[in-house]
Amino acid sequence: MLIQLTEEQKMLRDMAREFTRNEIAPRDKWMDENGFDWDLCKKITEAGFMGANIPEQYGGGGGGIVDTTIIANEFAKGSASIATFVGGHWLASNLILENGTEEQRQKYMPLAVEGKIFAFGLTEASAGSDAAGIKSIAEETEDGWVLNGGKAWITNSGVADYYVILALTEPELGTKGISAFIMPKDTEGLAVGKFEEKMGVRGSATCELAFNNIRLPKDALLGTRGKGFVMAMQTLDIGRISAAAVCAGIAEHAMNLAKDYANERKAFGKPIKAFQGVAFRFADMYAEIKAMELLAFDAATTKDAGGRCTLDAAAAKLFATERATQICIQAQAVFGGNGMSKEYDIERLLRDARVWTVMEGSTEILRMIVSGNVLAQK
Amino acid sequence: MKTLVFVKQVPDTDDVKLDPKTGNIMREGVQSVINPFDANGVETALQLKEKYGGSVIAISMGPPQADDVLKKSLAMGCDESVLISDRALGGADTLATGYPLAKAAEKIGDYDLIICGRHATDAETAQTGPIIAAFLGIPHVTLVDKVEIEDGWAVCRRMLPDRYETVKVKLPALITVCAEINSPRYPTPMNIMKALKKPRAVWNAEELGCDPSMIGIPGSPSSNKKIFEPPKRNTDTRFFEGDTEALARAIVDALEAEKLI
Repeated sequence: MLIQLTEEQKMLRDMAREFTRNEIAPRDKWMDENGFDWDLCKKITEAGFMGANIPEQYGGGGGGIVDTTIIANEFAKGSASIATFVGGHWLASNLILENGTEEQRQKYMPLAVEGKIFAFGLTEASAGSDAAGIKSIAEETEDGWVLNGGKAWITNSGVADYYVILALTEPELGTKGISAFIMPKDTEGLAVGKFEEKMGVRGSATCELAFNNIRLPKDALLGTRGKGFVMAMQTLDIGRISAAAVCAGIAEHAMNLAKDYANERKAFGKPIKAFQGVAFRFADMYAEIKAMELLAFDAATTKDAGGRCTLDAAAAKLFATERATQICIQAQAVFGGNGMSKEYDIERLLRDARVWTVMEGSTEILRMIVSGNVLAQK
Repeated sequence: MKTLVFVKQVPDTDDVKLDPKTGNIMREGVQSVINPFDANGVETALQLKEKYGGSVIAISMGPPQADDVLKKSLAMGCDESVLISDRALGGADTLATGYPLAKAAEKIGDYDLIICGRHATDAETAQTGPIIAAFLGIPHVTLVDKVEIEDGWAVCRRMLPDRYETVKVKLPALITVCAEINSPRYPTPMNIMKALKKPRAVWNAEELGCDPSMIGIPGSPSSNKKIFEPPKRNTDTRFFEGDTEALARAIVDALEAEKLI
């Protein structure tokens, strides 16, 4: 591997792998059918994963982006839903860590460590890729803010204890008029809709949120007024690295399921792996999974070193999500007719991978970012 | 309270494959892990520490890569580790394994409790723990599934095939624990980050003050003459079809025909 993990990172990988094998993987099918798994969430908290990204001074694991990327990658080998859930929690808690006042950090970081779930709300029903087109609005009053509007497709909504919400504070300033607010789930005026019946990652919760004259205190404002959009974009870089690692994990899971099947299933008197039409798929799957891992960990290493990684994070997500979807199709083909059945887990993985081509920046938006950057380079 | 916990690295499988020619365990492609019962031992030690205070030292004997199980023990929460590693200790039977482990306990000194797993999943002898206790001249209690400390005594519940037995033993003592005693914790990311900064000693046979005639192959009165897999029994599997009543009747008929009922 080009990226050298430290001794601690290898231990973290082994531990996340063991936890995935024992605790997460056996629950994935259940979550696909029934939704969020609170018992598993409790185990994830007890094992210290919820605060893996939070500095030790707040009780967390003190991990960097490489560390959380390792965990996301390993979790996704057992359940894309759980990798999505934890990734959403890290993303939202990280926003407070990076942009909050010391007071806000001391208040919220220990809560994130002890298992209170965080969610980040940017997307609205009429503003997804066009993130700057959000309509939620926060008006300043004497003692705080009044928030109106709503959000859609928010990962962890419905199960979250705290939301980080983006809203317009100066609508006339466009992206420079967007600010971020921290809001507890029991805030008066917050209405949480029903769980979305998604195609994939069905074990991660997604709801619609409606804000009806929500009164927030002054200190609900996160970071500097008007910087919400910049904060969100920086956070999305991390989210995209995680997305690439999750898709590498889903693809590896799919390849391994197909591998077991190719070894067992016989046709024309031989195991089907003896046919090149089946075998060659594994060469392509393996090569592409390695490429996904390298792209994800390369961007993570850049980010940990303090560099800008917007281009590389977008490129990693673009490649990994699209190729993971194709790998799941290839792996499903190895299963023949059985691949179409829910009895075999492969169809679930295809649904999970597909969702990731839209989350955290759709493929088309990522192509705009990557091509725009590449063409602007001299 | 100072607890020593002995951990062993074993192949990660219950279904150990043997090389038909040499009779040795085939380790290729098999990951090494901490002996599952020893992980229960670490968990027991950590829970006792949380309840009564003190420290926990994890000890393992093996080649340098056995350090991996010590790293895991530290990441679970042990305070220190000791790796006993020396070519002269290779090829040891249970007696020549128990001896240097007992010497390590003596060198550390001042311990209240020693914990081992009930047996290792590779050789399954269940002898090393009691042998360590015998060398140290301390009492031991095997197959413990519950332990409490009361005024210098350990109250242990033993899980026997047909009953429980409660034994009160004066400390210092050695216990071997069953899987039923607890579920070993996962090392948290926070503890993993701290693990390698803790004291980690490596000792050889000389540093332990071992008598060379009592270690390794010279110190092993027993050796494996031959290891072989038991012949596989041919089982006659029959499948019945039908509703519950028809199935029950078919099973009873079949058992009667075989004169089993």
